[in-house]
Amino acid sequence: MKRSILKNFLLAALVIALAAVPLLTMSDAEFGGADGQAEEAITELHPEYKPWFAPFWEPPGGEVESLLFALQAALGAGVLGYGLGYLRASRQPSGAERG
Amino acid sequence: MPNPIRLCCWAWPHDSIKGGTMKTMEFRFIAVPSMTAAILALGSGDAFAMHIMEGFLPPSWSLFWTAVSLPFFVLGFRSMRKIVADNPRMKLLLAMAGAFAFVLSSLKIPSVTGSCSHPTGVGLGAIMFGPSVMSVLGAIVLLFQALLLAHGGLTTLGANLFSMGIAGPFVSYGIYKLADGMKAPRSMAVFLGAALGDLLTYVVTSLQLAAAFPSATGGFAAAMVKFLGIFAVTQVPLAVSEGILTVMVYNAIRSYAGETMFGGATLSGEVK
Repeated sequence: MKRSILKNFLLAALVIALAAVPLLTMSDAEFGGADGQAEEAITELHPEYKPWFAPFWEPPGGEVESLLFALQAALGAGVLGYGLGYLRASRQPSGAERG
Repeated sequence: MPNPIRLCCWAWPHDSIKGGTMKTMEFRFIAVPSMTAAILALGSGDAFAMHIMEGFLPPSWSLFWTAVSLPFFVLGFRSMRKIVADNPRMKLLLAMAGAFAFVLSSLKIPSVTGSCSHPTGVGLGAIMFGPSVMSVLGAIVLLFQALLLAHGGLTTLGANLFSMGIAGPFVSYGIYKLADGMKAPRSMAVFLGAALGDLLTYVVTSLQLAAAFPSATGGFAAAMVKFLGIFAVTQVPLAVSEGILTVMVYNAIRSYAGETMFGGATLSGEVK
């Protein structure tokens, strides 16, 4: 039991480190989106290209956008947590035979 | 934003410490990824991430990728119906696979290139159910982001679905099966499948953009190198993260959904 806790703890620490190391080591980077850069690259390769379709609706600013991204994460985490809890609770207790 | 503290406490009272259950405690640590989620979401600011942006594929390519993706979507829909018909309880696991993709594709994570991108989260479902169902679950995620977040787009939905909901999951599933067949430990097979599927998604995105926007001087190859430099390199550490998170959630689901609920004939690779 101790081993699996430790394993998960180390795995989680590794994930955090993977995100934190670039943040700590590249202090002058802006960490903008890769798709923004792709947009620039397209403009560079084909300066004449004009996007022919625009989104119907865009979040009116960074705050609303982060709200919606957080909502997306919350919905997912909620369902995932519910599912794991449900599975765990409906699991047959180990070592005990059900009649 | 998921509340990691609540999640932790919520998991706590259920934990009964029994000698025979090696993985009982693992569940609690699902809270850790969501804590990571919380931390990372705080830092994301006004960054965008990946997917091909709305209007940024010429109409002919939009149509092409939509036409390519459509049969897979139909296939996935039928596969999903069959899975649910065979065992209605699988609905929960399908929802969880979709939810995992929802969480992971909302996390814009800083990377070594000094820009951000996000994982896809589609490897888990591909490994559990086979790749085709992810075309449906992936489409839901992409539609949510296209309509509410102006992230990706409707005209690029077909192309983005092909990279994230089809190519990525098929590679995840293939690698997982291959590694499993070579008697690799289950966790290693899941890790490799999820990580490489994530990486390939962005290789395909680069390919799609390079095909639509070849360089005037260097042609397709030069454009491909340029887009790979933007997407694929950024994605490498994220692919590793996705692999790790997928292993954690897969192990938790497997240890809870084991024989009791699903009769031992459900998770792919364990069909008896």
